Amino acid sequence: MSSEAYHLAVLQVVVPLLSAPLIILLRPRGLAWAAATAASAMAFAVAVMLTAGVLSGIEYRYAVGGWPAPYGIEIRVDALTSVALLVVSGASLLALFAGRRSLDGDIDEARQPLFYGAWMLALAGLCGIVVSADAFNIFVFMEVSSLASYVLIAAGPNRRALAATFKYLVMGTIGATFYLIGVGLIYMMTGTLNLADMAQRISEVADQRPILAAGGFIIVGLALKAAVLPLHAWLPNAYTYAPHIVTVFLAACATKVQIYVMLRFDFLVFQGNLTDHDLQFSRFLMPLALLAIVLASGVAMMERNLKRLLAYSSVAQIGYIMLGTSLLSAAGLSAGIIHIFNHALAKGALFLAVAGLGMHYQGLRLDQLAGAAKRMPWTMAAFVLAGLSLIGLPGTAGFVSKWLLISAALAEGSLGIVLVAVVLLGSLMAVVYVWRVVEAAYFRAPQQAVADQREAPPMLLAATWAAVLANIYFGLQPGLPVQLSQAAAASLLQSLP
Amino acid sequence: MTVFTVFFIIFLLTLLVITALAIVQTKNLFAAAMLSGIFSLLSAMVFFLLDAADVALTEAAVGAGISTVLFLGALALTAEHERAGTAGRLAALGVVTVIAALLVYATFDMPRLGDPNAPAQLHVAPWYLEKTPEYIDVPNVVTAVLASFRGYDTLGETFVVFTAGIGVLFLLGKAPVGQPKVSPAMTFAGKAGLRHYQIPRVVGRLLIPFILLFALYVQFHGDFSPGGGFQAGVIVAASVVLYALLEGEEQARLALPAGLLKLMIAAGPLLYGLTGVACMLLGGNFLDYSALAHDPVHGQHYGILIIEAGVGITVTGVLISIFHSFAARGAK
Amino acid sequence: METLELYNYWVFSILLMIGFYAVTAKLNLVKKLIGLSLFQSAVFLLYISMGPVEGGTAPIFHENASDKLLSNPLPSVLILTAIVVGISTLALGLAIIVRIKEAYGSIEENEIRELDRK
Repeated sequence: MSSEAYHLAVLQVVVPLLSAPLIILLRPRGLAWAAATAASAMAFAVAVMLTAGVLSGIEYRYAVGGWPAPYGIEIRVDALTSVALLVVSGASLLALFAGRRSLDGDIDEARQPLFYGAWMLALAGLCGIVVSADAFNIFVFMEVSSLASYVLIAAGPNRRALAATFKYLVMGTIGATFYLIGVGLIYMMTGTLNLADMAQRISEVADQRPILAAGGFIIVGLALKAAVLPLHAWLPNAYTYAPHIVTVFLAACATKVQIYVMLRFDFLVFQGNLTDHDLQFSRFLMPLALLAIVLASGVAMMERNLKRLLAYSSVAQIGYIMLGTSLLSAAGLSAGIIHIFNHALAKGALFLAVAGLGMHYQGLRLDQLAGAAKRMPWTMAAFVLAGLSLIGLPGTAGFVSKWLLISAALAEGSLGIVLVAVVLLGSLMAVVYVWRVVEAAYFRAPQQAVADQREAPPMLLAATWAAVLANIYFGLQPGLPVQLSQAAAASLLQSLP
Repeated sequence: MTVFTVFFIIFLLTLLVITALAIVQTKNLFAAAMLSGIFSLLSAMVFFLLDAADVALTEAAVGAGISTVLFLGALALTAEHERAGTAGRLAALGVVTVIAALLVYATFDMPRLGDPNAPAQLHVAPWYLEKTPEYIDVPNVVTAVLASFRGYDTLGETFVVFTAGIGVLFLLGKAPVGQPKVSPAMTFAGKAGLRHYQIPRVVGRLLIPFILLFALYVQFHGDFSPGGGFQAGVIVAASVVLYALLEGEEQARLALPAGLLKLMIAAGPLLYGLTGVACMLLGGNFLDYSALAHDPVHGQHYGILIIEAGVGITVTGVLISIFHSFAARGAK
Repeated sequence: METLELYNYWVFSILLMIGFYAVTAKLNLVKKLIGLSLFQSAVFLLYISMGPVEGGTAPIFHENASDKLLSNPLPSVLILTAIVVGISTLALGLAIIVRIKEAYGSIEENEIRELDRK
């Protein structure tokens, strides 16, 4: 490996991190946005290079400070990591590229450098969580990304953004503190903070009470941050009242990074060491996943605000991811992991279309959208296609994950039939809530005659369509994500007995 | 640990619980803020007795100093009393009971306090104690771990402070929509400060140079004794708050203008991060200070000195900016 | 004596729960934040209690006491970071409360919910 390639893993964090203090010093209009977009593009390029490396068989391990693990902090990149990195940096790049005009409307010029600085910190924090192989270091970057996301959400134009942020701040801090307690209890019993080292040493003290309690605290803490039902209360309003472009970024990746950490802990640290932990894990998560799919989809069917409708749909989609992983089979896990990728594509495209609609329809209530298809035909067409991917129609990325999920569930015997039924029910409910939007935009007469077409700004439209085309591309050519998610599932299952 | 120390710790811990209950119970938010300052002082004492001198110093400076100032600043802008009481009390009590039961259940397998054979004492920790003289050669092992062995965490920590700083600047940088009802007396010291009170003013002015000197000592003596960039930054910020109290907000703002503070906020994290990048360019890993000089131990010394300065600059800039943001909100 | 040495952890649990109760049950936003910082401070006690060794001192080498037993430096390092995280969260939370007060004229959760419903 050349020396540049060797440093890639740490550059994934360092590039966005160090761009933040530079951006806040920029003064003129537009420059902060350009710098943030450029830094985001660099982060995405690093993620692509890392993925290429992973596909060619490299497992990146980097000792920060030159101190070997477990004494120093280690950074690792494997197949699972590269899926998460692609999602996080891709979402940030696409949202920033699309978002300049939309964000100009939400944030006054003087405060834009601070806003974009916070954006880069959120990106750096999420990347930092994903690449870290050290339990405490994950906490530190979790806080960088959380504090930065609070700032981004509070930038929303409605005052309700403030109340939503406060709720998120309280629940996010509780989640992170629970995680910290769990890590402390494991440290108490094993003397280490490195995840791989923990996995080895924990077997000596497995089944001792502090370790069992640690498992509970870590899973609940992360579930709170990942908005796993019933701990999702912070999510709908936070996504609804954040600036539209911020919603694009966070909805595509923020909760998934927490699920990523949960998978790391469950499969690498706890699995194989605690008796029946795999069963407890799946007994605990499977009912929650099923509930999330049914209940959150149900709420989305009733919802009258477009953004909140999609936010509840996200809670339901987290259910699919959890359902796949709770099957504890290679097929189930890879279905869950590929849905992290595919849902990010679908939801990213949907929220980009919403950002376009938001340029002309301030409140984004469904009854205001009447005639939107006439006024913004391209945006609405993109919305429909992305909606089909969310539902899981063949030919879209969403179909690939649903298909894999259903075939994994069928392997489970009679229980599998029930699971398949719930997945299909969830998809039907998705048809209903996507249809409600389509109905409002295409078939309801506008209150005033629509004189002119007023599409979203060109860059926003281009980004929306890029995301939609990605949905179709990865629906027809799912080779890359399937390969990555299967490799990730295989490595997660290695430590299962 | 002597029996006396053990009993003193138990006494302090009991006081902590009582203080916490009082904080929850009182309806007066000023009182709650003051009590949480006391809570911090008590826990600082406990930490000191538990051999964590660095943490004790920091908890006292942050908990009793900075957070009290922040609470007072925010309360001046919001409300003095809690109006509504509680909601969902039973549900909250239920959840609390479940978690408490889980925790107490967990405690019974825990290693007892001070057990030299506890797993936490056997694995990574002895390596730090053994290798610090050889690799880093600073007397304070906490500094060695903080700044070098786990320097990447501390980089993250510096960026957490940075994030909070730009977050507060962002949130309070927008002109308020309606005028908040604030009497000037309720803000920190009003516009004029304590300028009309000669004795505190004279004493205070005499104190400030000594506080700054102490901050410098804490900054550069962190290798040898408890302290370092974070604590020094807190102390410098405290001296500026004192100055603002004595001479008024505006004078303090003139002494350290917003542009300069913003530069400090950005320069601190950059200094830290670029030190790491420099190590990479010189052939080491990110934050591997050994690459900074011919002799690796010297390299470590330089590295720690620079990144501690970075932390100090960040913390000073951020805390003063946050203080100004709250104070300026009231003055408008 | 054996159980007395778990006293630290019990106090940690109690403080954690007092803080958690204040965060969840109190309606005043400032009070919630005070509860939140209590909640975080409790965790400091959990970690710091893992540090000391019987007969040891703070992990600082002295010239004339080089053979002395030193306590574990790692919990101190971690908690220094956690304290900084705590104060950063507090500062941001208070700034949001100030903005909420300006936007709603109240910092009581039930009143804010009422205003949002209108």
